[in-house]
Amino acid sequence: MSVLTEKVITRDWERAGQNTLAGYKASGGYAQARKALAMAPAEITDVVKKSGLRGRGGAGFPTGLKWSFVPSLEKNTKPRYLAINADESEPGTAKDRFILENDPHLLLEGIAIACYALGAHTCYIYSRGEFKYPSSVLEKAIEDAYADGVFGKTTLGKDFELNVYQVRGAGAYICGEETALLESLEGKKGWPRLKPPFPAVVGLFGCPTVVNNVETIASLPRIFEKGAEWFMKLGMGKSGGTRLVTLSGSVIRPGTYEVAMETSLRELIFDQAYGQGLPEGRSVKAVIPGGSSAPVLTEAEIDVKLEFDAFKPLQSMAGSGGIMVMDDKTCLVRSLWRIIRFYAEESCGQCTPCREGQPWMTRLLRKIEEGRGEMADLEQLMNVAVSIAPWPPMGLGTTICALGDSGALPVQSFVQKFRKEFEDHITQKRCTFGDRPWGAFGDFQ
Amino acid sequence: MSEPLFTPEEQKKFDAGISQLLSHYPPDRKSAAMLPALRLLQELKGWLPPEGMKLVSEKLSTTVAKCYEVATFYVMYHTQKPGKYVVDVCTNLSCALRGAEGLLHYLENKMGIKAGTNGDRYFLRETECLASCGTAPCFQINEDHYENLTRAKVDAILEKLS
Ligand SMILES: Cc1cc2nc3c(=O)[nH]c(=O)nc-3n(C[C@H](O)[C@H](O)[C@H](O)COP(=O)(O)O)c2cc1C
Ligand code: SF4
Ligand code: FES
Repeated sequence: MSVLTEKVITRDWERAGQNTLAGYKASGGYAQARKALAMAPAEITDVVKKSGLRGRGGAGFPTGLKWSFVPSLEKNTKPRYLAINADESEPGTAKDRFILENDPHLLLEGIAIACYALGAHTCYIYSRGEFKYPSSVLEKAIEDAYADGVFGKTTLGKDFELNVYQVRGAGAYICGEETALLESLEGKKGWPRLKPPFPAVVGLFGCPTVVNNVETIASLPRIFEKGAEWFMKLGMGKSGGTRLVTLSGSVIRPGTYEVAMETSLRELIFDQAYGQGLPEGRSVKAVIPGGSSAPVLTEAEIDVKLEFDAFKPLQSMAGSGGIMVMDDKTCLVRSLWRIIRFYAEESCGQCTPCREGQPWMTRLLRKIEEGRGEMADLEQLMNVAVSIAPWPPMGLGTTICALGDSGALPVQSFVQKFRKEFEDHITQKRCTFGDRPWGAFGDFQ
Repeated sequence: MSEPLFTPEEQKKFDAGISQLLSHYPPDRKSAAMLPALRLLQELKGWLPPEGMKLVSEKLSTTVAKCYEVATFYVMYHTQKPGKYVVDVCTNLSCALRGAEGLLHYLENKMGIKAGTNGDRYFLRETECLASCGTAPCFQINEDHYENLTRAKVDAILEKLS
């Protein structure tokens, strides 16, 4: 068992008053931003690069490298922006909300560091519209930070103007995609933009913009407290730090846990400190490892470690850390149908393969689930999926944004790995799990 | 004359709110304040009445059509007046694996309506993942969030509603 030696994000969550400014300062808060603000901006980016910090929003992109794509002020004199992605809505994912609820100043301190490094005088935090309580905690934290001189005309006493605003979304999953998020911040519907140009060059209001996830930026204060090497060493391979993961589904103790990258999916599911396994007599059938857009894994594949690159050989991804466990009595046709219905619902409608394909796959899956399917439907399902994004995953499919892949890749992984279950539905002309398709904890009590 | 949309009190809140929002954006980007402006209107009136949409468009120097284009894109905005209590039940996978379909049926029976129908008292809807996957199942009532739901908990929550 690889135990987590040192917590990063959740370290102080148990402390009383941690989500208030006074509480945060009592545990050493804002000292790291002061330290960073005494450095040269380029030095900060170097530290972040050395730390091995990678994006926690889904793609695992190296954060320092992303920052370095912002053109120099000599080349581009426009203002630059930092946008924080707090839209958390990938099914299976519940981590950023807990950072906002338990330690909002950790994010704000990270923002001060990042904005100074980027030369950004404005930061917008795009928080999910449904997050009434997390948003209220964050709003209070921002207010207090202004009153205390963290933000405003100067940043923590340094001659650097910084304004931070929270903007609440209004219920559209697609706005978590970074360019849709920027459109939404500009007051429009969330239609993703064609890339390139990338936001680092042409982002918010046409200006250079970095979009980073909440957990990514909340990692910064610790990196400046303990050093880039410490952070890198905590991690594994090319990924520094720890990860916040959300464990859900058929386990005894679901929840949000901070884990070492060395921890395997199996350990997470079975260890006493985490999921505590499945109820007596039940076994793992399938696991989605990184939010519902991540291709599914079989029981034989769950020794994979929870590090970003470790999922590549399995053609899946660490994604947003949403880990969903399905047991042997869970219907995978029904599960996949529910996943794809989501992507059909949330498709913004710009690209034909996604707009038409996701609802089509949803209908085919429902047909098979209800016992009305034929073998030809299964082939059709795979053909539609391939036309959105082919297998094996190879970057972006035929669409503007990755939401296309988010439906197409799960379909292909489920059907390839659990084909018999789909065929059984067709040959037996019914759901083989009858009216209890949701496994060990599927009944409402 | 038809009744004015806002009470004097509401009007004050609306005007002050909009000015504050506009100060968060570059002066030539007023329409960027669209999402928070619509939220403000909805907080005041419970939905987005047409007269209010006109006011928002004027304040943000944009068109009413643009306001509707945005309002109808996002599910949290109500361009039709909703029931007194909007109940959003997550039925996505993590919740489904913890009984969300049963929860939805339980609510349908208790409320005497089918999910997706907007009644006077309840507007019961299925919704997508609400970031309670590890604390499932969950729902929101007028944006108040409840998780780890059981029959007993649901009964207690509904009982408290006026
Ligand atoms: C359809 C779609 C939805 C996304 N939703 C989120 C989200 O809710 N939160 C998030 O941080 N990133 C989300 N992302 C990833 C963002 O586009 C972006 O990569 C990320 O915010 C960058 O931050 P990071 O480098 O710190 O991870 C989504 C991407 C796609 C394609
Ligand atoms: S892939 Fe889907 S969600 Fe993404 S831009 Fe195209 S239609 Fe919209
Ligand atoms: S699936 Fe219901 S809250 Fe995430």
